[in-house]
Amino acid sequence: MSSAVASRTRPSAQDVQKPRRHKKRHYGTHIFLIVMAVMWLIPLLWSLFTALRPKADTDKYGYFSLGGAFNFDNFVQAWTQGGFPKYFMNSLIITVPTIILVLLFSSMMAFAVSRVTWKFNITLLIMFTAGNLLPPQVLAAPLFSMFKHFNLPYAISDSGNLLNTYFSVILVNTAFQTGFCTFVLSNYMKALSADLTEAALVDGAGIWRQYWNIILPLCRPAIAALATLELIFIYNDFFWPLLFIQSGDRLPVTTAINNLQGTFLSDYNLLAAGATITVIPTLIVYLLLQRHFVAGLTLGSSKG
Amino acid sequence: MTTGMESPIGITGAKGDARPRKRRRIRLLSRTDKIVLSVMVGIPTLIQLVLIWIPTVLSIGLSFVRWNGLDLSDIKAAGVSNYSYVFKDYPPFWPAVQHNVLWLVFLAVIATPLGLLLAVLLDQNIRGSKIYQSIFFIPVMLSLALIGIIWQLFYQKDNGLLNFLLGTAGTPQAVDWFGDSDVNIWAALIAATWRHAGYVMILYLAGLKGVDASLKEAASLDGANAYQTFFRIVFPAMRPINIVIVVITIIESLRAFDIVYVINRGTNGLELISALVIQNLVGEGQVIGVGSALAVILLVISLVPIVFYLSRAFGKEKV
Repeated sequence: MSSAVASRTRPSAQDVQKPRRHKKRHYGTHIFLIVMAVMWLIPLLWSLFTALRPKADTDKYGYFSLGGAFNFDNFVQAWTQGGFPKYFMNSLIITVPTIILVLLFSSMMAFAVSRVTWKFNITLLIMFTAGNLLPPQVLAAPLFSMFKHFNLPYAISDSGNLLNTYFSVILVNTAFQTGFCTFVLSNYMKALSADLTEAALVDGAGIWRQYWNIILPLCRPAIAALATLELIFIYNDFFWPLLFIQSGDRLPVTTAINNLQGTFLSDYNLLAAGATITVIPTLIVYLLLQRHFVAGLTLGSSKG
Repeated sequence: MTTGMESPIGITGAKGDARPRKRRRIRLLSRTDKIVLSVMVGIPTLIQLVLIWIPTVLSIGLSFVRWNGLDLSDIKAAGVSNYSYVFKDYPPFWPAVQHNVLWLVFLAVIATPLGLLLAVLLDQNIRGSKIYQSIFFIPVMLSLALIGIIWQLFYQKDNGLLNFLLGTAGTPQAVDWFGDSDVNIWAALIAATWRHAGYVMILYLAGLKGVDASLKEAASLDGANAYQTFFRIVFPAMRPINIVIVVITIIESLRAFDIVYVINRGTNGLELISALVIQNLVGEGQVIGVGSALAVILLVISLVPIVFYLSRAFGKEKV
């Protein structure tokens, strides 16, 4: 249903039919694609290039030059001075629980709406899907006030409420992303044969066993894809921490880089190094899990 | 999709599944099963209600009050005064509306067709297709906040690559691409396109793989050229994906926030409705009522694509 996207390669009908036009057309295509690819890479390479050069050298030779040394000093300095270890830890603390909660809740909900027929299942599914599509800014003021008036013991939160805690970001991200994952997983589960759980029912398996032991294992490809997708989504989330977290040292990386512009002032070499450091986790996911990420984005797009 | 978070919409190709399926009725379930099921439904639903739908309703309520956001007892009824202030006396409002419209038009006319073009070119079995795909795909994985910073380095007035390439760096003609209110919206749109086109490309690549090859074959046997085959056969056959792309594009343009907020918090030529909402909520002069009125305006506009999408996605199952 899903991951066929990245893997399938078949020659298209035209390629077979018109071998002569084939070559000529691809020539122009390649030129266009190379130009586009270069344009696509320039901003990234420029950041990397700037990050690799000491500020003294760029001041001396100019940023648009090849002179001077190339080294990783900016990365080292940005890493320590910018407080990256802390920010990465914050990202981890927020991202991992959110992914687990999202997948747990959305798979339960998806199971309930797709494998069992009851009165309001479609209504609820529509509600879940719609919630995910709202612009987050619509909810900003009420959520902020609700969290501010939700008292917590000082042992748990030094603000005495939900603001300025990791919980606030985890909760809201969970709510937002559960809608999307429920929608995707319910489509996936609907496509699984009804006989699977029917047989289990005959054997006397309860709802939970049908969900946990039968349906969930079959959804492994979809879950892997969604987990990868959510990892990127939540790592990339900028808005919720911006709204809820006031202490700079509790911000996740993506929101914290906004402050680096102030920290590093006009030291663009450091800023470039900081930006490049932030890309690294994404790059790792990209290299290792790109297939799952693409599958997640396109999940449910083809019927095969 | 944006605002830190993608606006991730699943594609509902599987919807038209006509295969009749025996799904169990709830009355066949035992008592324990019913309790388990209630918990499985109850917890996620409660979270959705408390953290999404109740705040949405509260947002509407807050748009009719005057409040500084501090003490609940300070809330004063204000009628529609917040709305009349926003429409008549709030200078950045109409520029923000224009910018949101421009954002939508730019994505719809430039970014989305570019993504489709890339997908079509890469779908032909050309050499290096995977490499090209990977390159165009990189920005899709980056946060819009980070994209704002990366492009800042590119666009900067004195030390940015663009002005060096144009030969204006260090001269009085050098443009501050993100700072100059005449051009910064366009500069931001190009940065947004960098990401959006790759996203659209990925979705259309999946869509193109899903189009039956025999359709294309039949068309070319009938003498259709490549353009006719694409626009008359292939493109219409991708209707479910086209709908998703339309919705994504509209919602992206309404959710656009991170890039402009990273550049200058959505001021000085980069006003967007989403950024104005936040400007009114944070900072010293908290004007919750005005911020909420802006949020409700954003909500009402967003409901158009959302309802359109839901009616397409769920239309066959219900109503």
